[in-house]
Amino acid sequence: MDPIIKLEGISKQFGKVNALENISFELYPGEVHCLLGDNGAGKSTLIKILSGVHRPTRGQFLFEGKPVQLDSPRQALDLGIATVFQDLAMLSLMSITRNFFLGREPKKRLGPVQLFDSTYAAKVTEEELRKIGIKIRDADQPVGTLSGGERQAVAIARAVYFGAKVLILDEPTSALGVKEAAVVLKYIVQSKLKGIGVIFITHNVHHAWAVGDTFTVLNRGRSYGTFKREQTHRENLLQMMAGGEELDELAVELDLISKREPGQAGEMEHRVAEELD
Amino acid sequence: MNFKKLLTRPEFGAFIAAVGIFVFFAAVAGEGFLSISGTINYLEVAAQVGILAVSVSLLMIAGEFDLSVGSTIGASGMIIALAVTQFGWPLWLSIILAFLFSLLVGYVNGWLVVATRLPSFIITLASMFLLRGLTIGFTLLITNVTRASGLGTYAEGDFLAPLFLGRPLGLPISIWWWIGLSVILGWMLFRTPFGNWVFAAGGDPLAARNVGVPVARVKISLFMLTAVSATLLAVIQVLDTGSADVLRGEQKELEAIASAVIGGCLLSGGYGSVYGAAIGALILGMVQEGIVFTHISTDWFRAVLGGMLLAAVLLNNYLRQRALRSR
Repeated sequence: MDPIIKLEGISKQFGKVNALENISFELYPGEVHCLLGDNGAGKSTLIKILSGVHRPTRGQFLFEGKPVQLDSPRQALDLGIATVFQDLAMLSLMSITRNFFLGREPKKRLGPVQLFDSTYAAKVTEEELRKIGIKIRDADQPVGTLSGGERQAVAIARAVYFGAKVLILDEPTSALGVKEAAVVLKYIVQSKLKGIGVIFITHNVHHAWAVGDTFTVLNRGRSYGTFKREQTHRENLLQMMAGGEELDELAVELDLISKREPGQAGEMEHRVAEELD
Repeated sequence: MNFKKLLTRPEFGAFIAAVGIFVFFAAVAGEGFLSISGTINYLEVAAQVGILAVSVSLLMIAGEFDLSVGSTIGASGMIIALAVTQFGWPLWLSIILAFLFSLLVGYVNGWLVVATRLPSFIITLASMFLLRGLTIGFTLLITNVTRASGLGTYAEGDFLAPLFLGRPLGLPISIWWWIGLSVILGWMLFRTPFGNWVFAAGGDPLAARNVGVPVARVKISLFMLTAVSATLLAVIQVLDTGSADVLRGEQKELEAIASAVIGGCLLSGGYGSVYGAAIGALILGMVQEGIVFTHISTDWFRAVLGGMLLAAVLLNNYLRQRALRSR
């Protein structure tokens, strides 16, 4: 099977800052590809390139085998690359139906005028929400009445309904409680089973491990590599995300502090170095 | 539509207030207020604000202000007066010129807001002073006075004038325009894809752009709409009074914003209703004219308006939070 998205040697610079360096990445249909990394690892920059917000400084972006240059999120959307951004892209004072169809309003004609077909829109929205197990009284109620997990689920349902081939989810579970996160994770698996390629960005290894087929770990703009589920394990990923050695160093340092040994700070650093040798 | 859903509509608070204020003046001011001429009186006052308020409410829902509508009224009136009296243009051509001028004003306002990303409050505050100053300056330069009168005679036999003049079915033309615009624009807001984009442009412009809503185009066209409605009001006033004045329309922009807010519009955009703004204008009209019939000095009108505005903001804020809680 051919990858639906393939990045080759992608780099992005903002002025003199290298946000991404030489990233290569493949996504297959029906795969959940987790993008892991701590804050500042370059996850956001990478998804902004994938979703058409930024253009890469160097490197090639192939969609279904053909090189593409995305100039806007709308262009990505038209190709079938749908992104659910962290800030949700949902308008909380607007009704669920209107949010669901925003930018792609179903139309009916009345003489020369194009009307928003609200009956049809409400019917579809209610149907799609029922499919993902969200019970609402009325699709006309404002999105603000939904919980965070439900909003994520609606945003994903919207992308799937409009025929996304690639679904990019930016930290969809990070602001949610355990139960709510489970709802979203379930929906990620459902989307994958429909043959959609899912890019799941998170810094929660437990969530990633629960649904992921493939894992790419970013650290300070570089890739630590891509691993199949069989090739790695959870602790391994966790270690890489935190930057491995840095975590060891921190553990020793914390250990020394907790012993509260008298001595200068300089001496402590010296001792940390000694212990690590 | 069930009752609970009615409660969560943005114009609900204004509707209740309008009924309350009507009952109050009917009881206190009695027959003068309830008579046909009294009714037409306050409806006409309401219509003059309402023509502006309905389009201003759309712009506010899209997240922007237009403080220049008052100045546009003065400028449009003088453009018509000068074109007719100084340059000998036929009235219909002068009216078209005034409308073209307002389209340009609206476009420039909107373009500046979209291009600079500065708050529209500042941009249109500048154009408010600019337009008013230019109107006064040019009028004095050309005619040496700040007022033009005797324009009524030019309306005779003019083919465009009947649209803005007279009393079809006994009601002043401004009331027809007010009702017509409320219905059409309200319909546009709630029933067309464009209306959906108006909400989205104000609610979260970035999110709206990401799903393909042409936010800049929506905002610019609404700035053009508010400017055109200002000119519409100017034409009606010029033909009704037969005169134009450089100071006409002062503070109308604030009354229009007040009506929109009383009608449930959020200052931060993304929420509100055209119908609400129309009801807000009705409230303004009833209070302004109702006070006359109670024999209280009309000097108190502004104080009442201020109090109402504060009450409306508090009430609408409370209702909106309730709407977000209920499910």
